[in-house]
Amino acid sequence: MWEGIASGLATVVSPINLLMVLAGCVAGTFIGMLPGLGPISAIALMIPITYGFDPASGMILMAGVYYGAIFGGSTSSILINAPGVAGTVATSFDGFPMARAGNAGKALAIAAIASFAGGTIASFLLLIAAPALATVSLSFQSPDYLMLMILGLSAVSAFASRGHVLKALISTVIGLMLATVGTDPSAGVQRFTFGNLDLVDGLSFLLLAMATFALSEALMTVLRRDAADDDVARAAAHIGSMRIERSEAREMTPVIARSSVLGFFVGVLPGAGATIASFLAYGMERALAPLKARGQFGHGSVRGLAAPETANNAACTGSFVPLLTLGIPGSGTTAVMLGALISYGVQPGPQLLTNNPDVFWSVILSMYLGNLILLVLNLPLIPYIARLLLLPRQLLVPFILFFSLVGVYLVSFNTFDIYLMAGFSVAAIFLRLFAYPMAPLILGFILGGMMEDNLQRTLTLYDGSLAFLWDRPVSLAIGIATLAVLATPALRALFLARR
Amino acid sequence: MRAACRRLSVLLGALLPFAAQAALPLGHLHFLVPGGAGSGWDTTARTAGRVLQGAGLVGSASFENVSGAGGGKAIGTMIETAARSGDTLMVNSTPIIVRSLTRLFPYSYRDLTPVARLIGDYQALIVRPDSAIRDFNDVVARFRRDPRSVKIAGGSVRGDLDHLVPALALRAAGLDARRLAYVPYDGGGKALSGFLTGEADLLSTGLGEVLAYHGAGKLRIIAITAPARVAGLDEVPTLKEQGIDFEFVNWRGFFAPPGIPESRADRYAELFAAMQETDKWEEMRRRNGWQNLYLDREDFVRFLEQQEHDIRELLLELGFLRAGSS
Repeated sequence: MWEGIASGLATVVSPINLLMVLAGCVAGTFIGMLPGLGPISAIALMIPITYGFDPASGMILMAGVYYGAIFGGSTSSILINAPGVAGTVATSFDGFPMARAGNAGKALAIAAIASFAGGTIASFLLLIAAPALATVSLSFQSPDYLMLMILGLSAVSAFASRGHVLKALISTVIGLMLATVGTDPSAGVQRFTFGNLDLVDGLSFLLLAMATFALSEALMTVLRRDAADDDVARAAAHIGSMRIERSEAREMTPVIARSSVLGFFVGVLPGAGATIASFLAYGMERALAPLKARGQFGHGSVRGLAAPETANNAACTGSFVPLLTLGIPGSGTTAVMLGALISYGVQPGPQLLTNNPDVFWSVILSMYLGNLILLVLNLPLIPYIARLLLLPRQLLVPFILFFSLVGVYLVSFNTFDIYLMAGFSVAAIFLRLFAYPMAPLILGFILGGMMEDNLQRTLTLYDGSLAFLWDRPVSLAIGIATLAVLATPALRALFLARR
Repeated sequence: MRAACRRLSVLLGALLPFAAQAALPLGHLHFLVPGGAGSGWDTTARTAGRVLQGAGLVGSASFENVSGAGGGKAIGTMIETAARSGDTLMVNSTPIIVRSLTRLFPYSYRDLTPVARLIGDYQALIVRPDSAIRDFNDVVARFRRDPRSVKIAGGSVRGDLDHLVPALALRAAGLDARRLAYVPYDGGGKALSGFLTGEADLLSTGLGEVLAYHGAGKLRIIAITAPARVAGLDEVPTLKEQGIDFEFVNWRGFFAPPGIPESRADRYAELFAAMQETDKWEEMRRRNGWQNLYLDREDFVRFLEQQEHDIRELLLELGFLRAGSS
């Protein structure tokens, strides 16, 4: 192992590879900041550039683009409530309220530090344990994933506070229903497509996220003429300030430590990934937070921002475990990288570590450097980026509308998506006017599809029996955790009432 | 937007010094890919494009990913823009036949101009090394005893390739394949990782996807759908030699827009005829684990007719199609 690390280090510090890390991080951050162009498209754009490169250099560049894009993706979530990748949806839950309260600079700084810490801690775990973790990747079966998604869905409770329990649940159900549009995998039958070819693959996450978050948010600003604007205007003086109070730093530290470990292990599972990791971290931190801090979740909580931002970066690093040790892609992004490896003439699979140790170790080591570069690159830019919010509303709203529409169109080149998006944003505005939260809707949508796939597989595997609930220790443990998360508020209320 | 891009890339292509040479058979070739970046279709088109350029057969190549509806979006785009598109080709494969029959999209290969079949992959049935199943006859025996005791994982939805192949093999053994317990995953990679966790008994997937695992001894291939054993995998038996009269190939080939003149279609066909003889193509083919299944235009059309006929029969029998639907 030490030999491998030494040779990997020698590969990374060669000038060409240092340049690759830098180029990947810069390109990734900027692509990630634009809503729409996610890491998948960014990496696909890089493939033709990397032909003829050494396989290690190509992978270092693409890995840089990948975590760079996740790093940069938080920017649009925080500033304009436009999560361009599913992994940064949870970031917008608390990042956007914090930015709107005039602390955009602080929110971006917390996100940058949390991302850096998550990425670095995860690369360390990757370095010491990657080969051993291959077995962890393969320890989760469909029923376990099903239970994990249900646990993730329990994060909905964060939006059910203050007497809106029913509304949050209704939003969740709408999200789950939207997830059923498209082809049913285990029957091959089309559902709710109305014979429309554009609906056969189901609704796209990006479209729905842009419509319910960014577009409807921007249009709501037009409806609520005065209120929101004043906050930002009043805060103009310190909007770019990155000052994090000492008490907040103390609050963040344990959150980051827990979330990076959780995120990394969820990332290692090929059926989960950064999105699930960020939801789980968010839910976990909310459950662990003291009562007072818990109420802030969804309203600009420091913990609620740091947890998902740490976890999604850690998970992104974790997803290299199945890719490099088993040749299994855990996400669309790593699938593209797998294809790239083959075209370099490297055979991914269980023998990559034996046959191409330089690729293996240098990619892992380049991640330390990459995370450092990202932090150094991003921190000085924050005050300038944060000032975006000081644009007068007449400019800011069209700007958001333009970027959301173009972002969705550039991914599909399909005008149908534009109409669909307009329709969804109008529906979302009505729901918002009646105080239905949008976050549970998107949560239900993202998790719904995966939950259904895993449920159908589980039921086929168990011949329709529910025995997996107690037969599989992992499922049982996650199930108990879910019940605990759901029961805590009730138990706590009971306890307080007694006293 | 797209047209503007194309125009721009054609312009850029013309500016490249080597593209200006009159000796090139084709100045610029545009590839339409019905799936996303990194998909099998994508890799095939980009590899072919690069080899064509490298061999000096094409001046420049551009690629456009139009994914959606299992490839249906791209076929629609191709038909719609046929009159005004320049030299454009689309990569496609066996699913175009399956999905036109199951009516996933309202097109078939007849709406396009077939150019050449290039490569393909046989399907494989796989068990974990410690499995009690030794060959396909064990699968048949188990299934006969209790259809539910054989769970087969695959990377496509029910009624698509990875499900059809084991179903058809069981049918060829005289069993009721409708009772097969099929476990669908979202793509071959997910199916492989799900299978490795130990949740299903068999995995049905493309041979190329599991070669590395087979080589490392992490998986055991019990049968392939090739007509004869494949070079380099002499230890892997075919279904045929296990007494199951069934072969299947998942081909990949190229299609031109509908209604183009014969001469143009021939010109494209000549490109691929020349390309598939280059060493570079041979090397890329081997690297990706693709079988050489080259067929020229005429044979390709005949093959498509035959495969469509076969698959339609099978789908009817499995109950995925109702009799009378064309």
